[in-house]
Formats: sequence, structure tokens, C-alpha cells
Amino acid sequence: METHAEAGKEGKPSCASVDLQGDSSLQVEISDAVSERDKVKFTVQTKSCLPYFARTEFSVVRQHEEFIWLHDAYVENEEYAGLIIPPAPPRPDFEASREKLQKLGEGDSSVTREEFAKMKQELEAEYLAIFKKTVAMHEVFLQRLAAHPTLRRDHNFFVFLEYGQDLSVRGKNRKELLGGFLRNIVKSADEALITGMSGLKEVDDFFEHERTFLLEYHTRIRDACLRADRVMRAHKCLADDYIPISAALSSLGTQEVNQLRTSFLKLAELFERLRKLEGRVASDEDLKLSDMLRYYMRDSQAAKDLLYRRLRALADYENANKALDKARTRNREVRPAESHQQLCCQRFERLSDSAKQELMDFKSRRVSSFRKNLIELAELELKHAKVSPPTSLPPPGTRVCVHVWMCTRVCAHVGVCMYMRACVGESSLS
Amino acid sequence: MAAEREPPPLGDGKPTDFEDLEDGEDLFTSTVSTLESSPSSPEPASLPAEDISANSNGPKPTEVGLDDDREDLFAEATEEVSLDSPEREPILSSEPSPAITPVTPTTLIAPRIESKSMSAPVIFDRSREEIEEEANGDIFDIEIGVSDPEKVGDGMNAYMAYRVTTKTSLSMFSKSEFSVKRRFSDFLGLHSKLASKYLHVGYIVPPAPEKSIVGMTKVKVGKEDSSSTEFVEKRRAALERYLQRTVKHPTLLQDPDLRQFLESSELPRAVNTQALSGAGILRMVNKAADAVNKMTIKMNESDAWFEEKQQQFENLDQQLRKLHASVEALVCHRKELSANTAAFAKSAAMLGNSEDHTALSRALSQLAEVEEKIDQLHQEQAFADFYMFSELLSDYIRLIAAVKGVFDHRMKCWQKWEDAQITLLKKREAEAKMMVANKPDKIQQAKNEIREWEAKVQQGERDFEQISKTIRKEVGRFEKERVKDFKTVIIKYLESLVQTQQQVKFVFGILPYFKKINELGF
Repeated sequence: METHAEAGKEGKPSCASVDLQGDSSLQVEISDAVSERDKVKFTVQTKSCLPYFARTEFSVVRQHEEFIWLHDAYVENEEYAGLIIPPAPPRPDFEASREKLQKLGEGDSSVTREEFAKMKQELEAEYLAIFKKTVAMHEVFLQRLAAHPTLRRDHNFFVFLEYGQDLSVRGKNRKELLGGFLRNIVKSADEALITGMSGLKEVDDFFEHERTFLLEYHTRIRDACLRADRVMRAHKCLADDYIPISAALSSLGTQEVNQLRTSFLKLAELFERLRKLEGRVASDEDLKLSDMLRYYMRDSQAAKDLLYRRLRALADYENANKALDKARTRNREVRPAESHQQLCCQRFERLSDSAKQELMDFKSRRVSSFRKNLIELAELELKHAKVSPPTSLPPPGTRVCVHVWMCTRVCAHVGVCMYMRACVGESSLS
Repeated sequence: MAAEREPPPLGDGKPTDFEDLEDGEDLFTSTVSTLESSPSSPEPASLPAEDISANSNGPKPTEVGLDDDREDLFAEATEEVSLDSPEREPILSSEPSPAITPVTPTTLIAPRIESKSMSAPVIFDRSREEIEEEANGDIFDIEIGVSDPEKVGDGMNAYMAYRVTTKTSLSMFSKSEFSVKRRFSDFLGLHSKLASKYLHVGYIVPPAPEKSIVGMTKVKVGKEDSSSTEFVEKRRAALERYLQRTVKHPTLLQDPDLRQFLESSELPRAVNTQALSGAGILRMVNKAADAVNKMTIKMNESDAWFEEKQQQFENLDQQLRKLHASVEALVCHRKELSANTAAFAKSAAMLGNSEDHTALSRALSQLAEVEEKIDQLHQEQAFADFYMFSELLSDYIRLIAAVKGVFDHRMKCWQKWEDAQITLLKKREAEAKMMVANKPDKIQQAKNEIREWEAKVQQGERDFEQISKTIRKEVGRFEKERVKDFKTVIIKYLESLVQTQQQVKFVFGILPYFKKINELGF
């Protein structure tokens, strides 16, 4: 199916809400996206006055694989070893949503027409939300690259942004898959490095602290993300549950001829509004909480990767030292050993310096993002609690109930938001 | 809702402010509430009096079928009483806008203690013949409670004993307050006795709660976890509702078996209720046979009322089943949600702990804590109410099955009558044949048989009429009860939602304070 999404500023869920000190010299955005059979085509638009580009405004069409290619190119580049590479956007995955829509289409006859329409609407909204999210993730990836003083000057980046033709990044063939497999093995060796099992001695307190912190943080945020997802899905499930209940109460109400008629019909209405509310709560949580946690899970993984690289450089340095000592004792090939050791030392120090800066940036980014999202979440909920009644005066009872129901949700977040403003506001980093 | 309110029985239906209606007294004194059906009995007869005690300060007078009887109503009223607070609504003190479900206070419920000799006896929903019937009976006042589940015995022979407490002023009971210990199979035994006596003559006998092998086994085995306590509580509540429904039925209340059940300290063990006993298997076989028979009986329905009602109940059954399934799904998902929320709160707290930045760390921990508390509170609240709704639905699904059974019995009765008529015809033919063949002794025998079968036909007709009449009455009563029950539950649910607001109000009181802090700029 084809879906167009106007990825304009308002429509975008600013889920990751990365604070980008964008200067206007390079502005990248995804202005349009089309979802076809099994792939999504993004239109990447660039506005730039930098000398690297032939024109000041141009756009190209890119697919997900090309984003991944760009990301991998950065990761494999030795020059950027000391930087946190922005995490690659996740693959667009509409499978679950499509399946559900299909199942609904086949559906059973016991579902009334209203119910069917409502469920279809819900599923379509879900599909659209997933679509918007995937667009946002891809966009944030590019924007972070564009904002980073070093990363934005990469040649591959320019090619990605400007080259009109398809980059012909075909799917991985068998050799590359094998390479990927080997890389994973290396990665687990890195895990050993970073968890200190290899006995490598850390020389810098800052990095020692960062290492322990990041390890723990990453596990916990991954946990929190998973559970937030479950809560969000449970809310969504609950919202969907109200549909058959409303429908059943409506039909019961229409069949009754006594006083129960109004009761049932009003109750059906109440549940309909509760459903909408529950759905809104779910999507708020989804955007402000789940997505943010997910993004920082990936970002903290990228930070961990940086630490790996640095530790590997440290290991190389130590090995070079040992080799030099050995060469000196044997008094053979001292010169090459010395120069190798010099190289390793320089590389290690370069990495350490830039890593330090990157990690501090990571921290400030993270804090401000959390703060912004949590406050926004609280404000959204506050807004929902004060939902003004529609013009056709609803039964006052239902308004009360809806109001009541929201209150309980709001107080949690609002209280915290105020508290947070007070706390986080005083921090020196924000 | 404002537009569709049922006009109260007397006076106009203008909604007024109801804040001052919290005091039950006002309501009762200002309306025509006393039901005096006959001058002989000083107290209102035939009142579902157990409601009174329950509702003496409760704002839940329920509305019972005004429709058909409104004519009677106005005819009876000798004095016009203006109801200045005509509508009665659940407490909503702080809300400027009135109402959740305005329940017209037909207020046939007057607290007996306060029954002032108000004006004219205004008879509400009862049809005249009913009142006359019950006017001679006792005060319909009995209150039943099932409580204190206790585990008796050990291992697989263990069972739960429940205390059944009766408070009554009915004269047929020896004491006014007494309690006995009963086990689940006793309840089932009671039901089967009542069913065997009354079902086939058309009375809707309330069905007993269902057996649950899984649940009971858990209890027997002695698992002291939350699911088994939940099960016991569920069962206790179901048994209580069952007994309350049974005693509400005027005919069943008179039954000696019921009296024995409520009163006598020792009850013969009802072994026939076990599923795998001989009686149990016989029951199953009978049920199957009945089902087959039902399909083969083709009844000439002379009375459209029955056909209509049957169709109505059929529809209702389907709808309720559907609703019940959805509500159960909702209850289940709510449980899941609350579990998931708790898990998330924990991991958010842990995340807060490991967070580097102290202020953010504190904020995250706070978020986790508050989120968990409030969400749990709300989930429990909502869960409890939906659960009540779900139980009501399952009760009514079983009740409707009983109603359908009663209709089936009528069909069987008709069949019997038909068969008797056919047999009579055959006997007459046989007699005629004998006449022709001229065999005097056979003729006499034939005449005897004819007389016998004529009597049977007459009996059959009488039975059929009787059962039809009983069913009509029963269905009327059933419908009223149903409306009352549903309304009560719905109102309870909405009320408790409002109650939650009271708890939340406190938090909102703090909110402006927080806002101020923020404005001062940190």
C-alpha cells in the first residue's frame, strides 16, 4: 500500500528530540516519504551554503539500506574512531501492523459495522504512527550527522546527500554476512575488554567512571525501554477492548424498552470517550517515553562502542610497549618498534581526548532530552485532563467520569514535572 | 441525558441542584414514599425490604417499572404531592453540573423506622392483583449475608465452610437473627431441590454458582496465594447473591427446604450434587435428552406474548454473552496493565539510580514512585468495578438460561396436553371400534379409559394454563429485578469513579503550589 507522509515540522513526533545546535550552514530534513510494497522511499532535502556542494538546495531519494551503508561507512572509518557515531535508524517494520489489518479484513461476522470501522480506524492510525516514527528516526540520524562539526565533513555524507542516482547498495551477500558474523565475535571480545575481564588497566579515572556508568546505564535503560513498551502496548490493548464493550452496550440499549435504555446508551458513550482517552495516553507514552528510552538505549550503545574502540587502542598501545621492551632487550628492530609504539600512543591519546568531549556531550544531550520529554509528557496529560466538553453537551456524568479518570493519570506526571523543573533547572549542564 | 429523563411519577421533571440531597432523610420526607398497601398491615407489605436496610442512607432508590402502571398510579393518588427534589442522583457535591444517572425515586422504599403516615397510599409498580396476593402474607423482610469462609479438614477432603447469616422479622422463622455453617455442596443441594419442585411449574428458580474443579483443588491443596483467595472471595460473593435472589422470590421464600437451609444447624449432606456421582450423570443424560426433545417439539403458539418474550430473551442472552466476554477481556487486560506498570516503575527507579546526573536521577526516581502508586490505585479501583459488572453479567447469563428452561417446561407441558388429547382421540376411536364389534366387556374397559384420559386432558389443560399464568408473572418480576440490578451496578460504578476524584483532589490542591515554584524560576 502507498502512504504519503508530509514530514513537516508539526506532524513529526519529535521522539528523540535531540538538541541540535544547528547552524544554518547545513540543514537536512526528510521532506517526504512514500511507503511501497515492502520498502520506504525517503526524500532527503538539503539546504546548504557550504562550498562542498554544487547547489544550495537539492534533494534525493534514499532507501533504508543506503542509510545503513552511510552508518557503516562512518563506523569503519578510522578517523572517527574517537567519536560517538549516531546510531543507525531501525529498519522500517510494518509487518505487525499489516498483519493486523489483514486479519481485520478477513474478520468474523459477529463484529458490527461500527466496531469494524472503529477497529480499522485504530489500525490505520497505528500504521500511520509507525510510519511517522520511522521517518523521524531517519531524519534525526541525518540531522545529528549534519550538526556534528567533524562528521558533517565526511565525503560519503556529501555523496549521500547529493548524488542523484541510486547508490546501489545492494543487500549483503554471503561474504559480507560472514564478515558480519565475525564482527560479532570480535564484539564479544570487546565486551570482555570493557567489562575489565581481560585485566587491562585503565589509566584515567574519568574513563573508569564512564565505563562502569555506561555499562550499568545501558542495561537498565534497555530494561526500562522494554517495559515501557509493554505498558504502552497494554494501554493500547485496553483502548481496543472498549470497542466491543461500547458496541455491545449500544445494541443492548437500543433493544431495551425500559429505563435501562438510557443507562446503557450513556454507558456506551462513556466507554467510547474512555477509549479515546486511553488511546491518547498510550500514544503520549509511546512518543514521549518509549521512543526516548529507545533512542538513548541505542545512543548509549554507540557510546559504549566508542569506549571499546578506545580500549582497543589502549590494548594496542600496551602491546606496542611490550614489543618495544622486548625489542630493546634483544636489541633488534628497535626502530620500527619505537615508531609503532609512538603511533599507538598518539592514536590512543587522540581517541581519549575526543572521547572525553564526546561523552560529556552525550551526557548533556541525554539530560536535556529526558527533561524535555518528561515535561512535555506531563503537559500533554494535563491538557487531556482539562479537555473541554464538546459542543453537543455530553451527559454531565460522562464528562465527570472522563475528568476523574484523567486526573489520576495526570497527578503523577504533573507532580513530577514540576519537581523536575525545580531540580533539573538548577543544574549547570542544562 | 437531561432530555431523556423519565418524568417522575408526580410533578414535573425539572432537574434541580442535588447537593443537598445527600441526606437521605430529606428525600424521603419530601416525597410520597410510604407504601401502604392495605390498612390492616401497619407496614408496607410486599416491599423488597432488604433494600431498605441496605439503602437507608444510600442514594440508590431504584426505578422499577413505572411504565405500564402509571395509569394506576394517578388513579390512586388522592393527594398531589409536589416533589421538589424529584430526581435523586449520586453524590456529586463539587460538580456544578448535575447528574450521572438520574434515578427517578419511585421511592417505594421508605425506611420502616421513619414511615410517617404520609398522605395517600400511592401504589407504584405493583399490579393490583400482586398486592392483594401478598397483602396477606408476612412482611417481606429478610436479609442474608454469606461470610467467613473457613477451610475445614485437610487434603482432598477439605472444603470451605461459609457462614450464612439471616436477619429477619418474618414470622415463619423461629428467631429474628441466626446463622449457620454451610458448604458449597449444600447450596447446590438447595438449588436442586427447589428446581425439582418449582421449575416445571413455571417459577424461575435462580441458578446456583457454578462448580469449579480447578479453583477448589487449589484451595484444597492449600495454596495460600492471591488467586485462591480471590477464588474464595468470588465464590462467597456469588453465594450471597444467589441466596439473596432466592429469598426475594415470594414463592420460594415459603418453601420449607429453604427454611431448613437457613435455619437448621445440621443439614443432610447433599451427595447428589457431585459431578461424577450417579445423580450427576443422570442429570447430564437428562439434559441431553431435553435438548433433543426441544428440537422436535413443534408447538402451536396461540399466545404471541410468549413467542415475543422468548425471542427477546434469546436476543438478550446473546448480547449479554458478548458483553460478558468483552468485559472479561478488559478485566484481564487491566490486570496485565497494572503488572506491567509495576514492572516499569521498578525499572524506571533503577534507571534513576544509575543515572549520573543527580537532579535527573532524583526526578526519575520520583516519576517511578508516583507513577506506580497512582496507577496502581486507579487500576485497582477500576478493576474492582468492572469485576462487579462482569459478575453481574455472568449471573444474568445463568438466570436467562433458567428463564429459557422455564419456557421449555411450558412447551413440555403443552406437549403432554397434546399427547393426552391424541391418546383420548385414539381411545375414543377404539371405543367406536368396540361398539361396532360389539364386545361388551371391552366396551366397558374402553369407556373407563376414555374417562381416565378425559380427566388427563383436563388436567393437562389446567396445568398448561397455570404454567402460562405463572410464567407471565415470573417474567414480569424478573424484568423488574433485572432493571433494578443493572441500574444499581451501573450507578455504583459511576459513583466510585467520582469517589476516586475525591482522592485525587488532594493532589490537585498541591498543583498550584508547584506551579508557583516554577514561576518563581529556579
